[in-house]
Amino acid sequence: MSDLTKLTLSDALDGMAKGDFSSEELTKAHIDACMDGADLNAFITTTFEDAMESAKASDARRKAGTAGKLEGAPLGVKDLFCTEGVKTTAGSKILGEFTPTYESSVTANMKADGMVMLGKLNLDEFAMGSSNETSFYGPVINPWRKGENLVPGGSSGGSASAVAADLCLGATATDTGGSIRQPASFTGTVGIKPTYGRCSRWGTVAFASSLDQAGPIAKTVKDSAILLESMAGYDPKDSTSINAEVPNWAASCGQSVKGLRIGIPKEYTIDGMPAEIQTLWDEGIEMMKAAGAEIVPISLPHTKFALPAYYVVAPAEASSNLARYDGMRYGLRVDGKDLNDTYERTRTEGFGDEVRRRIMIGTYVLSAGYYDAYYLRAQKVRTRIVEDFENAWQTCDAILTPTAPSAAFAVGRKVNDPVQMYLNDIFTVTTNLAGLPGISVPAGLDKNGLPLGLQIIGRAMDEATVFKAASALEDAAGFTAKPETWWV
Amino acid sequence: MFIAPRIADKKDWITTETGDWEIIIGLEVHAQVASESKLFSGSATDYGSAPNTQVSLVDAGMPGMLPVVNEFCIEQAVKTGFGLNAKINLFSRFDRKNYFYVDLPQGYQISQFEHPIVGEGEIEILPIDGDGNVGEPVNVGIERLHLEQDAGKSVHDLSPDETYVDLNRCGVALMEIVSKPDMRSPEEASAYVEKLRGIVRALGTCDGDMEKGNLRADVNVSVRRPGGELGTRCEIKNVNSMRFIRQAINYEARRHIDILEAGGEIDQETRLFDSVKGETRTMRSKEDAHDYRYFPDPDLLPIKLEQAFVDRIKSELPEMPDVRKARFMSDYGLPEYDARILTADKVKADFYETVISSGVGGRDPKIASNWTMVELFGALNKAGVELEDSPVSADALGGLIDRILDDTISGKIAKGVFEKMFAGEGTADEIIDRDGLKQVTDMGAIEAMVDDAIANNAAQAEKAKENPKLLGFFVGQVMKASQGKANPKAVNEILRKKLGL
Repeated sequence: MSDLTKLTLSDALDGMAKGDFSSEELTKAHIDACMDGADLNAFITTTFEDAMESAKASDARRKAGTAGKLEGAPLGVKDLFCTEGVKTTAGSKILGEFTPTYESSVTANMKADGMVMLGKLNLDEFAMGSSNETSFYGPVINPWRKGENLVPGGSSGGSASAVAADLCLGATATDTGGSIRQPASFTGTVGIKPTYGRCSRWGTVAFASSLDQAGPIAKTVKDSAILLESMAGYDPKDSTSINAEVPNWAASCGQSVKGLRIGIPKEYTIDGMPAEIQTLWDEGIEMMKAAGAEIVPISLPHTKFALPAYYVVAPAEASSNLARYDGMRYGLRVDGKDLNDTYERTRTEGFGDEVRRRIMIGTYVLSAGYYDAYYLRAQKVRTRIVEDFENAWQTCDAILTPTAPSAAFAVGRKVNDPVQMYLNDIFTVTTNLAGLPGISVPAGLDKNGLPLGLQIIGRAMDEATVFKAASALEDAAGFTAKPETWWV
Repeated sequence: MFIAPRIADKKDWITTETGDWEIIIGLEVHAQVASESKLFSGSATDYGSAPNTQVSLVDAGMPGMLPVVNEFCIEQAVKTGFGLNAKINLFSRFDRKNYFYVDLPQGYQISQFEHPIVGEGEIEILPIDGDGNVGEPVNVGIERLHLEQDAGKSVHDLSPDETYVDLNRCGVALMEIVSKPDMRSPEEASAYVEKLRGIVRALGTCDGDMEKGNLRADVNVSVRRPGGELGTRCEIKNVNSMRFIRQAINYEARRHIDILEAGGEIDQETRLFDSVKGETRTMRSKEDAHDYRYFPDPDLLPIKLEQAFVDRIKSELPEMPDVRKARFMSDYGLPEYDARILTADKVKADFYETVISSGVGGRDPKIASNWTMVELFGALNKAGVELEDSPVSADALGGLIDRILDDTISGKIAKGVFEKMFAGEGTADEIIDRDGLKQVTDMGAIEAMVDDAIANNAAQAEKAKENPKLLGFFVGQVMKASQGKANPKAVNEILRKKLGL
């Protein structure tokens, strides 16, 4: 039955609808795959027994004719989403055995649609990282291994690795500066960060509130559309949630891109970028052109300021968002000689190096005397970047760029060089700063046989066009490569 | 940052061997919004509930929880802004004020820093000295009003080595009303707080209960030579009664003067007022001051008020204390003193207007004000009972006044009746009937008592014919004989006739 794990989400849902197999069989197959794939370290917590119970209940619902959009699909959940009764760690030691009494809005939507949750997926600690090496629960290994262990990207490394290795049909992820799209690019999967406000942030552990957005990592563009349709939706419990209907995005996949104007920003060619990335990008342009799209050169002049601005705004918000992890009410507590000592010991022992680094950066840029020079200036850059895109939309409908400046790299190579690590986000942070939807689609392999992704960026609230263009790119690229299953 | 052009009244100067000093005072008043639920969560705000029974996941700072603003609180802030004659800002924003403490689960307080919901305004106060003398009116500028969350409560005295935390209050909406440094004496400061209290109570935006901490003041005090350079200020935190405000200012001003005259310098610091010892002491120095790292709260959108919303609130405002006072003087002919006392608080003013307007055809406003202020407020004060819990209702007091006005009882008898009413013995009519207190107005009976009194005091009667001052003696005799029930006016008239005065 192991071929059930090779199915796409879309095909698996069809198969269950037709009665070819049950959710129980499908779930069992994925649980077996998860157990085989334990070396990938993709999961922090598995919930196999609950998953089997859910699958049975799902089969009963299907029989009763009340199947939901994700009915019976075994999926993974990034361990940043709070799940009722299931330990939620955010990849950090500081949350200890924290087990929420509540369910995040995103996963609640998915459970209401019939999701079968296989477990909680590994991630960079508090979603801070681009390689999944900052997790307290150890690094996630990319199924695409070439001689040495490679990182799956981050922060949604567990999600990307699990989907690429067919451990689950799809997974939730989150993206603050590229944490969905860069791992998707590193693992040959599809990942979309929707428009800011599409998915409720309620019940998702916060990293940087003004940038955080949930989205799926999936095997295909259509699968990602199906998942996002379930995850998204207005939530009055999140003041930044957008009150808008969720369109039928799956229907956008496969639509013609004839006449669609695709912008190519000249500023996304950067020094030191591997030639194969440029080549892949050029190929992508040709593919879109061949599919009938019109290619338009555009300029996003403030792009070079995006990464520095991002690494001011995100840590600033994080330094405040993470203040609640103080050892007083839940999670780790390391007693000290007085209150301040307890705070210091708890947070020093509970947070890893990267999280501490960002808390310190964030604290610094918000401090009296530095606020104007850093935080305020970064916000001004943010406004300029929004304007850059506004101008671009005058002449194009979507933008095509590389997703990441490199393919997956070896575990341990960049972990001690934060600036090198931060450069991973160079093509993805702009959409977070501007709140726009962006998707990564696997478009080819590099000379080492590692997957590379291309990114399509769309107008705010226009995921439909993003899915349409991404689906055309997916068809044209015909990316079918799969990693060898060395981990079994 | 601030300028303080007004020089204090000379009577408020503090004169020492080195010369004169004046006190510069500014206040930050925290007024708890009278709302059913908290500023950013649905938790209840009931006072005195069991610890940690009014705490939502948001209040407890659980991972992934998000604030959602309570629109009712926004409306109350706008209302209060109008009460302060202040500018309503159509654009305002919530910021995070970051610091660590056990009663602050989020690790930051959501407040408004750069863009408060209410801007500059002004109110007029009437300072009253210890002898009840009313000073000249003083205008006190309002710098701003902003909304913020209250913190929880740390309880240090339940255990010798542990601190308990009650989060019931955590997240409750506060309006912080910041004055300009426009007050120059302890009396002005307490008059200002009294005035604010009257305004928020009239509006119903805060219950003004200082004992429960629902209205509390941070007092900024500095001293200078009259009209001279501003001195360094100290902030005294959380002073929660009018008397303590005056005491704290007096103590703090003296402390500053003593230091300055000894050649020292004032350290800018935050201080606590010890109401038992009547002194202030250091809470934290400037060096220990927090850097709160304010920045806009990314979990909340800016507040953009529509003009129509603001206009509607304005059109629905109740009468403000100053307007009501003017109306009490012009419509009811009350003296300034009566009008001021009665309108200082909405409950008092409402009570008074019920007294004069209930009953048939209305009641004499001045008699009603005397009975309300002197007798009822006096009795309540003595008994330590709030007007809301008065054993004598406005209608009942009106009923008593009716019996005075229709000569059923004298004013003197009425005081006795009132005491019994206050003790819960019944209505005025019930007590008058029960105790047979109805005034004797039978002229024949009074005449007989007058004749008896003259006959029994013949010598005095002869003198009285020469010296009308002795009339009082006979009035007393007759009233005594009637057990106080004879109509004093009739007694006077008949006596005068009989004695040929």
